[in-house]
Amino acid sequence: MHERPVTPVDDPPRRLYADQGVADRLFRGVLRGGGTLVLAIMLLVGGFLTYRAWQALSVAKWGFITTETWEPEGGNFGIAAVLVGTILVALVAIVFAVPLALGTALYISEYAPPRIRQTLISIVDLMAAVPSVVYGLWGLFFFQGKVVSLSRWLATYFGWIPVFEVDGADPRDPLATATVYTSSTFIAGIVVSLMVAPIICSVMREVFSQAPVGEREGAYALGANRWGMIRSVVLPFGKGGMIGGTMLGLGRALGETIAVYLIISPVFTIQPHILQNGTSSVSSLIALRYGEASPIGMSALMAAGLALFLLTLVVNFAASSIVARSRSGAASDS
Amino acid sequence: MTVITAQSPPGDQGPQPSPAEPPAPPAAGTTLPGRRTTRAEARRNLSTLRATDVYAMLGAAAASLCVTWLLFDRLLPFNGAVGFVVVAYALFLGLYALLVSFDEDGPAVRDRVAAAVVQSLGVVMLAVLAFVVVYTLYEGRDALPHLNFYTESMADAGPIEPLDVGGILHAIVGTLWQISIALLICIPTGLVCAVFLNEVPGAFSRFVRTMVEAMTALPSIVAGLFIYATFILALGFDRSGLAAALAISVMMLPIIIRASDVVIRLVPGTLREASYALGTSRWRTVWHVVLPTSRSGLTTAIILGTARGVGETSPVLLTAGYTAELNMNPLHDPMVSLPLATFELVKSPEPTYIARGFGTAAVLLVLVLVLFVIARVIGGRGPGQLTRRQEHRRVKASRRDAKRFTAYAPADQPSTRSAPTRSTP
Repeated sequence: MHERPVTPVDDPPRRLYADQGVADRLFRGVLRGGGTLVLAIMLLVGGFLTYRAWQALSVAKWGFITTETWEPEGGNFGIAAVLVGTILVALVAIVFAVPLALGTALYISEYAPPRIRQTLISIVDLMAAVPSVVYGLWGLFFFQGKVVSLSRWLATYFGWIPVFEVDGADPRDPLATATVYTSSTFIAGIVVSLMVAPIICSVMREVFSQAPVGEREGAYALGANRWGMIRSVVLPFGKGGMIGGTMLGLGRALGETIAVYLIISPVFTIQPHILQNGTSSVSSLIALRYGEASPIGMSALMAAGLALFLLTLVVNFAASSIVARSRSGAASDS
Repeated sequence: MTVITAQSPPGDQGPQPSPAEPPAPPAAGTTLPGRRTTRAEARRNLSTLRATDVYAMLGAAAASLCVTWLLFDRLLPFNGAVGFVVVAYALFLGLYALLVSFDEDGPAVRDRVAAAVVQSLGVVMLAVLAFVVVYTLYEGRDALPHLNFYTESMADAGPIEPLDVGGILHAIVGTLWQISIALLICIPTGLVCAVFLNEVPGAFSRFVRTMVEAMTALPSIVAGLFIYATFILALGFDRSGLAAALAISVMMLPIIIRASDVVIRLVPGTLREASYALGTSRWRTVWHVVLPTSRSGLTTAIILGTARGVGETSPVLLTAGYTAELNMNPLHDPMVSLPLATFELVKSPEPTYIARGFGTAAVLLVLVLVLFVIARVIGGRGPGQLTRRQEHRRVKASRRDAKRFTAYAPADQPSTRSAPTRSTP
């Protein structure tokens, strides 16, 4: 080696430089191009939705959020009814799905014998991949007939709670037809809950299984039994994943189309009575009306789709930021 | 127990009697009064299940069933199967807690009750989900045995034709076309984007990742609406298989990118660094190290994305149109797919149509199941873990290399001749 100069003055910091070569630069270019292409597609979808929705939004103004009817040709349309319907279906779904998913996730990660654990995980993952039309069929042809008696019972004894009220049903009339209880938010929500429960369950199970072994054994060493260990280690550790998984399921429930479309009978008024026949959701509105839409009608449907997209977007981002910020740090892939 | 002494040949410790006698207890040391040290140790029962637990559970179950029967049949004007199950379950929990509390303290009672609740929730959910699948397959039993169900389209099958006429060939063909086109779009784009997210870090790729994450929230019907408004209304194309494939692609692309991104991130950094340390360029590292290492995971990501794409109804509903005829051309004319055919068939009031709808759903379900099983078989292992066959192939390749090296070496011993610079990739 040669002598270093004594004075550090003429030793400027060197420029770090790696010769990448033509192939590598080309490769980077291709990668960058692929990323840009995907970004362009995504921006195009969002931008086009917004652009086309603008026409309808500028006609309807703020009335778009508060109007219940859907008559775009007459300029009188809004998403109040369908948005409320969507949210109610999703809430019913979450109310049923979360306890089931939580129980199943705890069962698989804590209670199930290790031999069958992998099989159970595969079954739950498979259920998350079952097409929604299959759940819709089950709900339409099997479940709807069975759940009517439960609806009737709830409406009879808990009808004083506003949500469970059913107009036009007389519980004292034994010959009353059951049609007032069919095609309701309640039934659609339960069917959607079965769809989203596997998704929620697999996120929760993933997080629970990551609870540190040292802390588990510490809890046992301090004399906790299994439930004590779960309550003091597994559940606090998995709290972020539980909330994140729930919101992920909520996002899916909000966007669900076919299972809801098959079951509900559409009405365009705000229907807060979840047991009663008739409700609506944004996605089933689109599926129902896209065919006959005039340009302004199309634009209005775009606006409804945009509103739904924004809703699921907010829910999903909240979910992933909660999961990422929590201690669990597990990925929340759907 | 299986201490192998130096004399015993390695590898056959199985059937031989234990080679070394247990060493005699040391003569001097602590003597414990009143305890026999020579007694043979009995194998202890490690099971945490005790007889009293089983008695408590069975007793609670029997008592709750009897009490519920009494309530429903004799005392109260209740009826209905759901109510019976709910009341019986609530009573069971209460009685079980009571029985356990006779010989345990509070935390133990809570532990038992929580275990009962968690296990029953798990069993209920798995049972209901399994029932949904089995119900669909069972209801498809009318249509599935007819061979014409797989070889004919619905073109000749009017509403009152029996199940001997007509089938879902058109839907099967449509699904295959649509998913093939969608995969043709999604696999290259998705993989390039996933590699981009991992290999070119920076603000731009972070932004792309955020956008992809946002697009996974896109409801599938909105994806369909987008293609309907652009491709069909604005650009003036027909409703066709291609439009449906585009809609499925818009929906599938973020899912595949996200799953592949996670898989590629799992490639150990040491492998990459080893490759760079050997002087490899970037693209060679990606091509020869990153992608092969994560191959099984990437395959799983693609197959699971495919399963989602195959089963989506709503984008296809808006973009493909509905037809009862076989259409082999994805560029023109409506082309129906399996989920869409199911959806349209069960909307009809005709019993034969509904039976065909269930048959179609069963075919779709079997398709998704097969895809899923393939994904599990391929993707069950992490990056770098090999199947037996792959391992065998690796060993053979390395033996070949060794033979090649030895063939070079003795020809002229000193290093006048350079070693082979490039091994088989």
